[in-house]
Amino acid sequence: MLERRLLFVTGKGGVGKTTVAAAVAELAAATGKRVLVCEMDAKGALASAFEVTSFSFAPTEVVPNLWAMTMNTEDSLREYLRLFVRIPLVGRIGPLARTFDFVADAAPGVKEILAVGKICYEVREQHYDLVVVDAEASGHIVAQIAAPQAIRQLVQVGLVRDQTNWMIDILHDPETTGLVVVTTPEEMPVTETIELLERVRSETGVDIASVIANRVLPALFSAREAQVFDRIDEPEPRALLAERVGGKVGTVLDAASLSEARRRIGAGHLERLRDAVGASVPVLIIPELFTRAAGRRVVSLVADSIRDEIM
Amino acid sequence: MATPRRTPERGIETLLAAKEMLVVCGSGGTGKTTVSASLGALAATQLGARVLVLTVDPARRLATALGLDHSGFGNTERRIDPAALSAAAPPAPGVKQGELWMAMLDTKAGWDELIRRHAPDAALRDQVLANPLYQNITARFVHSHDYIAMERLQELHASGRYDLVIIDTPPSRHALDLLDAPGRMKEFFGSRLLRWLTVPYRSRLFTVASKPFYQVADRVLGSRFLQDIAEFFVLFQSMERGFVKRAGEVEHLLVDPRTAFIVVTTLEAAPAHEAHFLADEIRARKMHLGAVVLNRTLPPSIRQGGAAKAARSLIEVADDLALVEEISTRIDAEPVMVGNVLREVGERFHDIAIVASREAERRAELEELGTLTVTVPSLAQDVNDLVGLLELGRHLQET
Repeated sequence: MLERRLLFVTGKGGVGKTTVAAAVAELAAATGKRVLVCEMDAKGALASAFEVTSFSFAPTEVVPNLWAMTMNTEDSLREYLRLFVRIPLVGRIGPLARTFDFVADAAPGVKEILAVGKICYEVREQHYDLVVVDAEASGHIVAQIAAPQAIRQLVQVGLVRDQTNWMIDILHDPETTGLVVVTTPEEMPVTETIELLERVRSETGVDIASVIANRVLPALFSAREAQVFDRIDEPEPRALLAERVGGKVGTVLDAASLSEARRRIGAGHLERLRDAVGASVPVLIIPELFTRAAGRRVVSLVADSIRDEIM
Repeated sequence: MATPRRTPERGIETLLAAKEMLVVCGSGGTGKTTVSASLGALAATQLGARVLVLTVDPARRLATALGLDHSGFGNTERRIDPAALSAAAPPAPGVKQGELWMAMLDTKAGWDELIRRHAPDAALRDQVLANPLYQNITARFVHSHDYIAMERLQELHASGRYDLVIIDTPPSRHALDLLDAPGRMKEFFGSRLLRWLTVPYRSRLFTVASKPFYQVADRVLGSRFLQDIAEFFVLFQSMERGFVKRAGEVEHLLVDPRTAFIVVTTLEAAPAHEAHFLADEIRARKMHLGAVVLNRTLPPSIRQGGAAKAARSLIEVADDLALVEEISTRIDAEPVMVGNVLREVGERFHDIAIVASREAERRAELEELGTLTVTVPSLAQDVNDLVGLLELGRHLQET
């Protein structure tokens, strides 16, 4: 996964997509690569993960070798015009940008192409060894990574059409670009992941680098111990324990029982995921951390888990 | 029906009885769809109401169990089998069994319907529907899902067919998109920019102001694409008045006292933070915040002082050979195993208790909102059928 030069990290809302993107970037930076991590939706979740107030379009160095930025289509347009159309219209870009924003809101693929174009540009110019994109959630990711194809169909002539060619070359090269899909071992996220993989394979030409199952409850017991636990978790042994250990032992057993029940359900969903993903794509497991405040600590723990899985 | 409206203390049932529209919102992955369906089942069985739940994407097993399949039934409303509903929950004494209806939100069908309604004539209608950009745009146009969701809510309520319409909102990029969708739609159609953009293609006169834009745009995008876009907007402009009026009605509905918002969240950091933000914004817009549902929480008993002590004792008794032996005999298991299991259970409790403490902190933050908060514990099974929905419903009712 880390051998590639461009990774899009996606997943259903709430599965920890941003944390995983930050962790992948941190892990790569720790191996000495120059890494850029970019948040696409400007929600500020990436900044929270790194515990800074905010990021901007201009990259900020967060730790040695790791830069972070947030996508802004207006800045991207400005940079694009400066680089490719050679219009240094700093003063006059105001009304232009406003109009543009407006067209972009309605015209298909325009915002996406500017965002993806900026990312591909960074890859092409080799400003970094690896670019990690905290991409759109699973519902919007196909529109995002397939934007160059969509634009090529809609726009018959012009500079933009010419430029979709090199973008597609970068995006469709499995050695260069990969998609990382984050999920949790729950019904809806797993179902959405399976559906997304099908769509990505049939509609985009972007290779799937890995699927990451986040917040997987670790097994408390071996299979035989689990049977023993089920027998302890019966009225009679519970009463005996309550007598010897204290009344609140019931709460402790209930907590273990709930946690074990949730783990078993999760294990079922994971199995369904593995079956659907197939052998060609690795499924990486990140255990539940039992600490839920997102931030630097969580990012580095998740980075450790990913390292354990891939190295 | 003179039902008092400002009675949040009285629980979720009051809300179901007093309101006619419930908008269920919150971060992705917090269980909005299941909570929406559960509220619907509750209103039908406990209040005898005729309820419609407009949902976005129910989990497949739940959809199948409710007799809703995914194979495009568009915006059709479907009734949940009355016999199945009665079997899952006999109506409360003195209450006649209500009706539970479900419909799925179909953005494309929703748009087509809008065009049919607002197009001034059949020719223009067909022109828009056949326009290639229209096909592409409806999926993403000005926060399309959010607007269509609100629009459908308005229409279903106005149909007068239901006592209560519950809407499960689509996943948004930003929480506020939903609240602002009608306003944006109005702004879009009413904006001078739209007119300005389409001017050169109507009058074929380039104004001084727009000239640089078209020069650059021509070079970058090609004039053909721009012309396609402009033609499409010209078509749309003919429907401006209808759209603006309609969006105004939808906007008004969101602040209507008969509408309440229900924010669903788990007690994890990010969703809880978003829920707080969303609740504040709902109030800032003078919309009615009905309840905050804290979903998938750990039982509060975990934080009781005695529990942590019991967990430590459990680790100690794992080495108490006499006790371990006694349990082993009773349950017919190897003593070594029993010792291991007791130790593991005691040790894991510590992890769970940490999570419970953090949850308690977030709960306190959300309770500061001063609105009705409803707690749903983490259930040992996924909710897959009516029985599961009603079990969830009982938890919603309990608080």
